[in-house]
Amino acid sequence: MTLTYHLQIVNLLAALLLLISFAMLSQRRIAGLITLFAWQGAALAASTLLVAWSTGQHHLYYSAAITLVLKVIAMPWYFFHIVRKLDVDRDVEPMINIPTTMLIGIVLVIFAFNLALPISELSGTVMRSTLGIALATVLLAFLMMITRRKAIPQVIGFLAMENGLFFAATSTSYGMPLVVELGVALDVMVAVFVLSIFFFQIRETFDSLDLKHMEKLKEK
Amino acid sequence: MEIYWLLGIPLTGGTFLALWGCRRHAPEINALFSLATLAAAAWLTRRIIEQGPLTVGDGWFFIDSFNVFLVALTAFVAFTTALFSRPYMRIEAEHGRLNPQRLRLYHSSYQIFIGAMLLALTTNNMGILWVAMEAATLATVLLVSLYRTPASLEAAWKYFILCGVGIALALFGTILLYFAAEKVLGPGGTALLWTELDGVKGELEPTVLQLAFVFLLVGYGTKVGLAPLHSWLPDAHAEGPTPVSAVLSGLLLNVALYAVMRSKVLVDGALGTDMAGNLMMGFGLLSVVLAAFLIRRQTDVKRMFAYSSIEHMGLITFAFGMGGAVANFAALLHMTMHSLTKSAIFFAVGHATQKAGTQLMDDIRGLIRTNPTIGWGLMLGTVAILGVPPFGVFASEFLIITTAMHDHPWATPFLLLALGVAFASIFGKVQPMVFGETELPKLPYQPALTPVFMHLGLVLMLGLFIPAYLADWYRQAAQLLGG
Repeated sequence: MTLTYHLQIVNLLAALLLLISFAMLSQRRIAGLITLFAWQGAALAASTLLVAWSTGQHHLYYSAAITLVLKVIAMPWYFFHIVRKLDVDRDVEPMINIPTTMLIGIVLVIFAFNLALPISELSGTVMRSTLGIALATVLLAFLMMITRRKAIPQVIGFLAMENGLFFAATSTSYGMPLVVELGVALDVMVAVFVLSIFFFQIRETFDSLDLKHMEKLKEK
Repeated sequence: MEIYWLLGIPLTGGTFLALWGCRRHAPEINALFSLATLAAAAWLTRRIIEQGPLTVGDGWFFIDSFNVFLVALTAFVAFTTALFSRPYMRIEAEHGRLNPQRLRLYHSSYQIFIGAMLLALTTNNMGILWVAMEAATLATVLLVSLYRTPASLEAAWKYFILCGVGIALALFGTILLYFAAEKVLGPGGTALLWTELDGVKGELEPTVLQLAFVFLLVGYGTKVGLAPLHSWLPDAHAEGPTPVSAVLSGLLLNVALYAVMRSKVLVDGALGTDMAGNLMMGFGLLSVVLAAFLIRRQTDVKRMFAYSSIEHMGLITFAFGMGGAVANFAALLHMTMHSLTKSAIFFAVGHATQKAGTQLMDDIRGLIRTNPTIGWGLMLGTVAILGVPPFGVFASEFLIITTAMHDHPWATPFLLLALGVAFASIFGKVQPMVFGETELPKLPYQPALTPVFMHLGLVLMLGLFIPAYLADWYRQAAQLLGG
């Protein structure tokens, strides 16, 4: 009885995850985007924790803790720090085609659910039905990376994609082995660090973080 | 034991050079660490040849003839590249393109990059393989943007974003693989160990593995530079420092293809069909043809040879896709030949562009007059990569094409056409660079061309005669890959 109750909360959190992905797609302010990213991490950590508790998968407690520390506290804090230092915290990105992007997003969600169907039928976990949402989160993050013209939103898109993949691993097979998860977390951390160095290099060279300056290398 | 030395040395080197890398002798220290890595690799190789496949450290590392051959190749090219970069990077610094801090970053990242590739090659865990591939990407992002020019920053950004997305797809493939494996092997660490998976590959769920392979192929294939996901490759090769182009082209692409092949063995076992091989043949053939025609339009010499790398990686992927003992043998041989020859070419090109102060082929002329060794190095390297006998590339290409004629005759016209077009365009462009007229003065310094002739000598030797133990070694590896 409690399991179904927990499951409903996990499904609710999964829905929240998808909702946040859509919100990220339409968020034009960088500061708002970072906050949304932190909320996405929080939803992810909460659902992982709940799954760990209700199924007794102990290693998922560690995964939830890593997610909480890394994606809810450390990374958003670091991003806010960089954004202040680069003085772009009030930047607003001009995006003209938000409605079109949203429509493409809906198509992607339908596609993701269809793709997930045969896999989740084979899965034995309690939360197999959420695989579709995980895939949709990945695809929406991907869409966000394509539509953004600025460096920081693209990186947040990349991290949101990693969130989606993490959720996919949890919903199909209660997460990857702990060593691998630690390795992935380490890579993501290094990636954020390397990219923050990169932001300053781009800023120094182009005087802005707008990627429209970076479209020179093309096949003639 | 050897394995810990093999992985420990580059890692220590990376840390050491990060702390003391701005000293005057950092380039020598870098070369010394690479030499030590090579020694460890040689030690490991000897043991594998004597004792056969080996599982070390509670099954965490697995070394058989397939990956030990790549370990040896990686350590060797890493060492010669370190030798080449010693004078090369010093001159770049004198030209004011680099400062001591950037040199420190370069040396430290170089060692970490080599360490990450060796980890990817030796690990038995498909998840760690992913982690190591991503680490290798991250180590090179800042190397591509080392000169901080607008173009190099753009190239590095593109490299990160495209390979980041690619490798995220590969992570999803790994998740699916784990999902299928966990049903058979039970949850926990062992379900991603390649040796365990190989033992039960017949029982893995075919539909899941099919989907997993598509994601793994597209994901790691982005790093191999397979068309249509190749667009980061020419930019990163052209804008990064030349030693980085040499190791990216000669080593990283191989390691990414290694990851695809490890997955293919599992998928073939689970499916019992040619689905994986056919996909690889398709991507391979597309890369060969597309790259050959794009070579014609290049004006930048490093870009042109980057496209040539796409062409050759496509050819190797195609050969692995055909499968079978002969094609696998040819693909492994071609991997070796391409690594050695392409890095030799990049060394020669590096000196040529450094001297001319430009990478535009129209502005580089008459190398044979200003510096005969560079001129001959570039010419011989080019002739070798184009598959002219008696160089080894001819032997491997000949094997690939004859196998294709026998097993998949429809593909031969495309392959021959592409190779012909690539030959005509590259030779036509390199010839005036080497033999044309020039007013440029002679080179004021002695270039470091020992690595170039070392590599070309090996390629020539392997073209004329493959020692029996080496042929056995390749044959064993080819057998492992099955297909």
